[in-house]
Amino acid sequence: MNDMTPTREQREAVLEGMGCKRKRVEDIRFTQGKGNYVDDVKLPGMLHGDFVRSPHPHARVKKIDDSEALKVPGVLAVITAETLKTVNLAWMPTLAGDVQMVLADGKVLFQNQEVAFVVATDRYAADDGINKVVVEYEPLPPLVDPFKSMDADAPVLREDLAGKTTGAHGPRKHHNHIFEWTVGDKELTDAAFKKAEVTIKEMISYHRTHPSPLETCQCVCSFDKIKGELTIWGTFQAPHVIRTVVSLIAKLPEQKIHVIAPDIGGGFGNKVGAYPGYICAAVASIVTGKPVKWVEDRIENLTATSFARDYHMTTEIAATKEGKVTGLRVHVLADHGAFDACADPSKWPAGFFNIVTGSYDFPTAHLAVDGVYTNKAPGGVAYRCSFRVTEAAYCIERAMDILAQKLNMDPAELRLKNFIKPEQFPYHSALGWEYDSGDYHTAMRKMMETTGYAALRKEQAEKRAAFARGETREIMGLGVSFFTEIVGAGPSKNCDILGIAMFDSCEIRMHPTGAGIARMGTKSQGQGHETTWAQIIATEIGIPADNIQVEEGNTDTAPYGLGTYGSRSTPVAGAAIAMAARKIKAKAQMIAAYKLEVHEDDLEWDIDGFRVKGLPEKFMSMKDICWAAYNAVPPGMEPGLEAVSYYDPPNMTYPFGAYLCVMDIDVDTGVYKVRRFYALDDCGTRINPMIIEGQVHGGLTEAFAIAMGQEIRYDETGNVVTGSFMDFFMPTAVETPHWETDFTVTPSPHHPIGAKGVGESPNVGGVPAFSNAVNDAFSFLGATHIQMPHDYWRNWKAAKDLGAVA
Amino acid sequence: MIPGSFSYHRPASVADAVKLLSDLGEDARPLAGGHSLVPMMKLRLATPAHLVDLHGIAALKGIRRDGNNLVIGAMTTQHDLLASDEVGKSVPILHEAALLIADPQVRYRGTIGGNVANGDPGNDMPALMMTLGVAYRLEGPGGVRDVAAADFYQGAYFTALEPGEILTSVLVPVPAAGHGYAYEKLKRKVGDYATAAAAVVLTMAGGKVATCTIGLTNVHETPLLATDAANAVIGTSLDAATMKKAAEAAEAIMSPAADARGPIEYRKHVGGIMVTRALQRAAARAK
Ligand SMILES: Cc1cc2nc3c(=O)[nH]c(=O)nc-3n(C[C@H](O)[C@H](O)[C@H](O)COP(=O)(O)OP(=O)(O)OC[C@H]3O[C@@H](n4cnc5c(N)ncnc54)[C@H](O)[C@@H]3O)c2cc1C
Repeated sequence: MNDMTPTREQREAVLEGMGCKRKRVEDIRFTQGKGNYVDDVKLPGMLHGDFVRSPHPHARVKKIDDSEALKVPGVLAVITAETLKTVNLAWMPTLAGDVQMVLADGKVLFQNQEVAFVVATDRYAADDGINKVVVEYEPLPPLVDPFKSMDADAPVLREDLAGKTTGAHGPRKHHNHIFEWTVGDKELTDAAFKKAEVTIKEMISYHRTHPSPLETCQCVCSFDKIKGELTIWGTFQAPHVIRTVVSLIAKLPEQKIHVIAPDIGGGFGNKVGAYPGYICAAVASIVTGKPVKWVEDRIENLTATSFARDYHMTTEIAATKEGKVTGLRVHVLADHGAFDACADPSKWPAGFFNIVTGSYDFPTAHLAVDGVYTNKAPGGVAYRCSFRVTEAAYCIERAMDILAQKLNMDPAELRLKNFIKPEQFPYHSALGWEYDSGDYHTAMRKMMETTGYAALRKEQAEKRAAFARGETREIMGLGVSFFTEIVGAGPSKNCDILGIAMFDSCEIRMHPTGAGIARMGTKSQGQGHETTWAQIIATEIGIPADNIQVEEGNTDTAPYGLGTYGSRSTPVAGAAIAMAARKIKAKAQMIAAYKLEVHEDDLEWDIDGFRVKGLPEKFMSMKDICWAAYNAVPPGMEPGLEAVSYYDPPNMTYPFGAYLCVMDIDVDTGVYKVRRFYALDDCGTRINPMIIEGQVHGGLTEAFAIAMGQEIRYDETGNVVTGSFMDFFMPTAVETPHWETDFTVTPSPHHPIGAKGVGESPNVGGVPAFSNAVNDAFSFLGATHIQMPHDYWRNWKAAKDLGAVA
Repeated sequence: MIPGSFSYHRPASVADAVKLLSDLGEDARPLAGGHSLVPMMKLRLATPAHLVDLHGIAALKGIRRDGNNLVIGAMTTQHDLLASDEVGKSVPILHEAALLIADPQVRYRGTIGGNVANGDPGNDMPALMMTLGVAYRLEGPGGVRDVAAADFYQGAYFTALEPGEILTSVLVPVPAAGHGYAYEKLKRKVGDYATAAAAVVLTMAGGKVATCTIGLTNVHETPLLATDAANAVIGTSLDAATMKKAAEAAEAIMSPAADARGPIEYRKHVGGIMVTRALQRAAARAK
């Protein structure tokens, strides 16, 4: 070896493998405005479609007159439910086992519901046409309050379900009832409450909000009559699922459907489901023989495509006087709007809400969820969280604070006292999950030490005294949150979507020159898969990440996968990538043994190639093995170097974290300032620390928005009043607090590289941290629970209700 | 969010603009920065058949001193205002308020003329103009006239502008040397209109308020002058009791709508707080 031989460190560095803060390769095109989004797709002769929408939340549709609209220059067709009935597409199945109107069929059930689809030569003509369609409505009484949905005299919303006493998830108790889902041991839990020394009970609401990606939902459908093939470019988080759904409902052979998800400008759960726009654009293309584009505007996105949350959680904890929890009882009223279009794995009507025992060792628990219909937009989706996990985390983290307050204990102390201990993992929760790994005490203590928690509490006590003396009008809150997520759906034993098990996949092809292409069933919407997926491969097979092209989103080329949401990409596809890479490596080892003329077992892996044990100079790099794979494979071996892996995870992964929010609130105006926000995340093995940090920043920003003002609100008459960014709180860089990030590493024992998923943790852990900070600030004035969102006027109202402002 | 169709005109002189607007009648609207008008058109809440773009008229742009007046051309953008040292020196409250309007992108396009002619109670400049005693110069088929800002606003989106008239400049009397000023605006985020805002311009003499004017934004269907509140503080040293009286007097004339910013009671309450905070800051600045 001479001086020019690269050191081990240099060889490692060149790979930019796992653990490296590799710069995001996709940003080269994004920062230069060279991304390729759905709206960039422009085909010859392409038409544009747009919706006539209902101004009423609940009404009978008496008549649709399109005669004037069809006279507008450029308008070619107006599609209604009657048109769709001719192809049996007036209704479509939802992921939750319900059915949903594609276009109003006799009735409208929420404001801005799709009533007719106007197809024109350009978007302007389409909108002119919309204004000329005359729809005659007969208004019906709207049902807005979910707590009134099951009143005896509540209006009947879903006439199509008349007489159906059983839904997709069992018996229905009322004409507006969708399902009841129960988990846990009721008797044992009731007994724990009977015996309890201390109990708390609170109705904790998590308001309706919306994922609101910057790019709205959109598609271009192009039907080739000659070949009988349908190509769909769309903003799809799960392109393969869309292909299968289209095949099943449009009765087109699946090989004749090509789904392409190009660059996506954020999804956050909003782009998982199927929307009327996709069906209408596809039908319009089939009818006209021309490509048809549908692009939602902001108001449509906020008011019609899937919302998130709207869970009303009556929560009780039983505990001893010393603060040891002995039981948890939760009843959820889940408002799904007009149709249950919840994007959950099929057998999970309330997602994984049964993670609601959180990070605590509850000996027993019982959960019941009732889903109901109201005259609101259908949903709801998992907005930057695994299915209903953020609702569960908010529920338990708020409840633990309420218990701490009742016991007059520090909320951090109470949590430390009740955490699942490191030696209890794998831990079986009272509501049925097997937590893979965790070290909660270490994470919590690190948070407390790094932030100077004790000193902050002292400062708070001093400020409270000053407030009481009338020296300040500012109050201070500390929001502690310790969350455990459940991500990586999922094992086929638990999870499927419409019968398809929730595995994921990777195919890797190595080229002769030591480069390669890798394709997955996932689809990045900004998560940086092109960067991180290549890093996993780089470490596994010793080829620089820069030499691996990552491709997702084209169902013709990518292996079947269930897509990207619920923090499942790293836990599931990430594992498939490692497993496919290991197949490549195994074959490479055989080739290297043949070329180095030794037995395979005499070889050892060394960063970027195989070395003969004990003979360090006998080495064959992976790059050279790639070449050899195409000209000198051992006799009897097929040439080439490719592998496919479909990974069915043995379990979910359980990321966790300890967050602290320090907030000051001016009681006179309700104006708050987030003075500090500290987020410690443990997502197991860290593939790219920079991307993790970016994900945490983004998720915290969304959590901040949700907790502090972001809301889809309806007035009493069913009008949605937060239909634009003027009133739907979308923080800018100016409002966004500074984030301090930190980590511990507790790898997942069952994942090939020990990684757990992180994209959604900050949203799950962040919301309770902000809300607990507000509640903590007001607690010394007598508050036990103040509902979100905590915008200025509501903070002022809280202060006023507590007698702190005149 | 797609506007209806319209025809576009770009006159090169004020006379041509006035003639176009008179000839085209009710269906024509002047277009300045477009940052109030175009959003309304996208929602089809405004459906003008003709837009008369004022960007081709050089005479409408610019800031110059004319005696004791600062004359600001209608097509001067908020960004131009912020870039002007003359404005910063002689009417610094204009800088303070302009910085609280939307974001740099909006300020590059949005004009002072559009902001004050729009008639939206949410706009920040109108109350400020009233506080400063500004006159608007209007030119129409009947010639040129000056209207005091205080007499200009008649209701939400209703102003003293006659058909065919355009606003060509605003005449800002330069406040006394050593005056104190403040614009206090409570908003939910960058780009939001005020939950409530107050403008104060005052002078102090011997530790007491000598003169004072107070304007209020977005707490009524028009911008307001809070005359009683201002009178309540003149001659005082802004003690706590006076502040309370001023806030109450200001709240008494407010009638905001309940919206996502908060219920009526809240918007009035914080309106009063904006007044007291603006008074405190203005007094501290006065020399
Ligand atoms: C996101 C966002 C946030 C905003 N936030 C604020 C804010 O916080 N505070 C605030 O004050 N404003 C705010 N604005 C509005 C902004 O300041 C506008 O630019 C301003 O209200 C109108 O000025 P313009 O030049 O854009 O006028 P335009 O939109 O072109 O015109 C507005 C109206 O005035 C008429 N008009 C324009 N010029 C003349 C003239 N010379 N003579 C007669 N009529 C005329 C037009 O016909 C139209 O009816 C915001 C705008 C946006 C998009």
